[in-house]
Amino acid sequence: MKHLLAVEDLAALDPAGSGAGREPDLRAGIESMLDLTASFVEVNQRDIPKVPALRGKTVVSLFYEDSTRTRLSFETAAKRLGADTMTFSVGTSSVKKGESLLDTVQTIEAMGVHAIVVRHSAAGAACRVASWTSASVINGGDGRHEHPTQALLDAFTLRRHRGPSLDGCRVAIVGDIANSRVARSNVLALRALGCDVTLVGPPTLMPSRLDGWPVTVSYDLDDVLPDVDVVYLLRIQLERVAGGVGDVRFPTLREYSSRWGLTAERAARLKPDTLVMHPGPMNRGVEIAAEVADSTRSLVTEQVANGVAVRMAVLWSLVGSGGPVV
Amino acid sequence: MSELLLAGGRVVDETGERVADVRVVDGVVAEVGPGLAPAAGALVLDAEGCVVAPGLVDIQVHFRDPGREDAETIETGARAAALGGCTAVVCMPNTEPPLDDAGVVRSVLERGRNAACAVHVAGCITKGRKGEQLAPMGELYDLGVRMFTDDGDCVADASVMRGAFEYLAALPGSVLSQHAEDPALVRGGHMHEGAWSARLGIPGRPAIAESSIVARDIALAKLTGGRYHVLHVSSGLTVELVRAAKAEGLRVSAECTPQHLVLTDAACAGFDPVFKMNPPLREQSDVDALRDGLLDGTIDAIATDHAPHAPETKAAPFEEAPPGMLGVETALAVVLTTLVEPGIVPLATALGALSWRPARLSGLDAHGHGGPVAAGRPANLCVIDPAARWVVDAATLASRATNSPWHGCKLTGKVRHTILAGTPTVRDGAPTQ
Repeated sequence: MKHLLAVEDLAALDPAGSGAGREPDLRAGIESMLDLTASFVEVNQRDIPKVPALRGKTVVSLFYEDSTRTRLSFETAAKRLGADTMTFSVGTSSVKKGESLLDTVQTIEAMGVHAIVVRHSAAGAACRVASWTSASVINGGDGRHEHPTQALLDAFTLRRHRGPSLDGCRVAIVGDIANSRVARSNVLALRALGCDVTLVGPPTLMPSRLDGWPVTVSYDLDDVLPDVDVVYLLRIQLERVAGGVGDVRFPTLREYSSRWGLTAERAARLKPDTLVMHPGPMNRGVEIAAEVADSTRSLVTEQVANGVAVRMAVLWSLVGSGGPVV
Repeated sequence: MSELLLAGGRVVDETGERVADVRVVDGVVAEVGPGLAPAAGALVLDAEGCVVAPGLVDIQVHFRDPGREDAETIETGARAAALGGCTAVVCMPNTEPPLDDAGVVRSVLERGRNAACAVHVAGCITKGRKGEQLAPMGELYDLGVRMFTDDGDCVADASVMRGAFEYLAALPGSVLSQHAEDPALVRGGHMHEGAWSARLGIPGRPAIAESSIVARDIALAKLTGGRYHVLHVSSGLTVELVRAAKAEGLRVSAECTPQHLVLTDAACAGFDPVFKMNPPLREQSDVDALRDGLLDGTIDAIATDHAPHAPETKAAPFEEAPPGMLGVETALAVVLTTLVEPGIVPLATALGALSWRPARLSGLDAHGHGGPVAAGRPANLCVIDPAARWVVDAATLASRATNSPWHGCKLTGKVRHTILAGTPTVRDGAPTQ
């Protein structure tokens, strides 16, 4: 695996490969990455959570969009593997002087880097970057397209609670599906791992076409909640002001919250062992009530913790020399 | 007296086909028939094994002149068009400044005078292409303009469109051409709204944005009696609307591009903006409907929407790159390779849509040979080797820009000679100027 641009790239990690005349299996590839992640969780529990696996390698975070957890998570992961890190954020760079993405990538490339983590507001940006560089490219979120490491950390977290097999695990993904890269990557990864996925939200926030999506769709959260094992809430983008011209997502935040928010009352009707997940940052009181976010059902902070281990595994797979984790 | 003889070819025109040589004297067809002997000093061009057809007429090109001469100029665009078999083109008015002013139109026509094909222009419907006030259509008409459009943008305001239709009655022989995409329905969109846009997370431009405008415009054309032409039809729904309007006897015509006849939205899966255009590439069912429309005559013309873009603008993420692709030099070969050779569309139907039908609907009477290639007609011709195989190399196309979706494609059929008013603009596959 040279790049990680989308969940489907993980099929390349299928230990059985493409031998015996069959296609590499996505499930086997994802599971192999999750198994590898477990060894980095172990590293992270040591007194000195650091291994020299990527010593001498340079990892750049190229972030065209604001991010807290993804950037810090990748940088922490790279540092714990002994890599050198560079951060490029648009606000303080030559992009302000009009430098294009292509020129920026070529500039970074000229410094001799081994991996570039790209976060960008346009779908396919990481894919474009990969076509311009010899470094490994990791998609840290591209527009509404994909966020594969988020899906991996979610799958890893879920597997720790419901695994090792996720066959038949019922997951409801709730919220702004159409505009969510997290939803796209999670549908692909969770489905490959055997989960039953239901998408829930207002019809205006569903993708216009779902041909080929292995999911069920519901507009009624109350109808779905009693049966699910996991409620995965997506962030409502408050920066897109509800009620702005042409905004037909939903009438008001209050109406959204009352129909599709995981309120304390709704959470009380969940099965006792149903888990609650959120990729962050959360809008408390909109898609998730504060008391639900902080309840014992909530895996939110665990997701963040596992994010570092997942990104260590991804970096190690892409730019490591193939030696032992140590 | 200068004589040119196209020897050994098969003439294909609106009236049929026959094996015949074509003698051209002083820019006019002098004689058509088998076994013609060249006069002393005549230029004899080999047409053995070739189709001799009326010159092609591309009624939708963007030569970016004035404004973006780094992407294309009238000179380079016309040379590319001639290499593609064209003897005439109609340039769209979304230049910088736009063609909403007699002075600008006059200067473009002036620059086109020595180009490798006849350069005509469409004028703007509205001032500044803003969709608010009528452009001086009468002044442009007096300069020979017969097509009016705000192409690149849709005239969205129904009242403005109605007014333009009504005003057209004072300009006989002219037509309103619409870039039919309701701006509200395509707001923020970058590709066809469908299964692929949902999968790729690229906001969509739904097919209904096109057909809803076409339905409205057809109603306005009916109300006013104005002539209406739909640019680059992309969806099956629109084909149905145009078919019904024609059946009703309304003066409605339509064109589509080679890319919409061949490619689908699946081409966008790799996020390469070379496949981005407006209206977007749609689904296989739309491709099939366009082909049906071409076969039954609902689609009058194949036009390329030749849209060069400087390389740095396309070296960007899909959502940030401008829409449009090159087409004028490859259109004929793409149509021959994908539609004619496999037996989907007869050669004469394809040539009709590339030549005499667009010539007629845009008022270019000197082109397309409406009727037979016969003595007395202006000698605007192209000679096509239908068996020539070649691979498209975007870097060697005559256009300044390289944004061809056909780069690397193996095509069958190539223009050997193009004759503009009796003079070769392309000879043995190479431009003469």
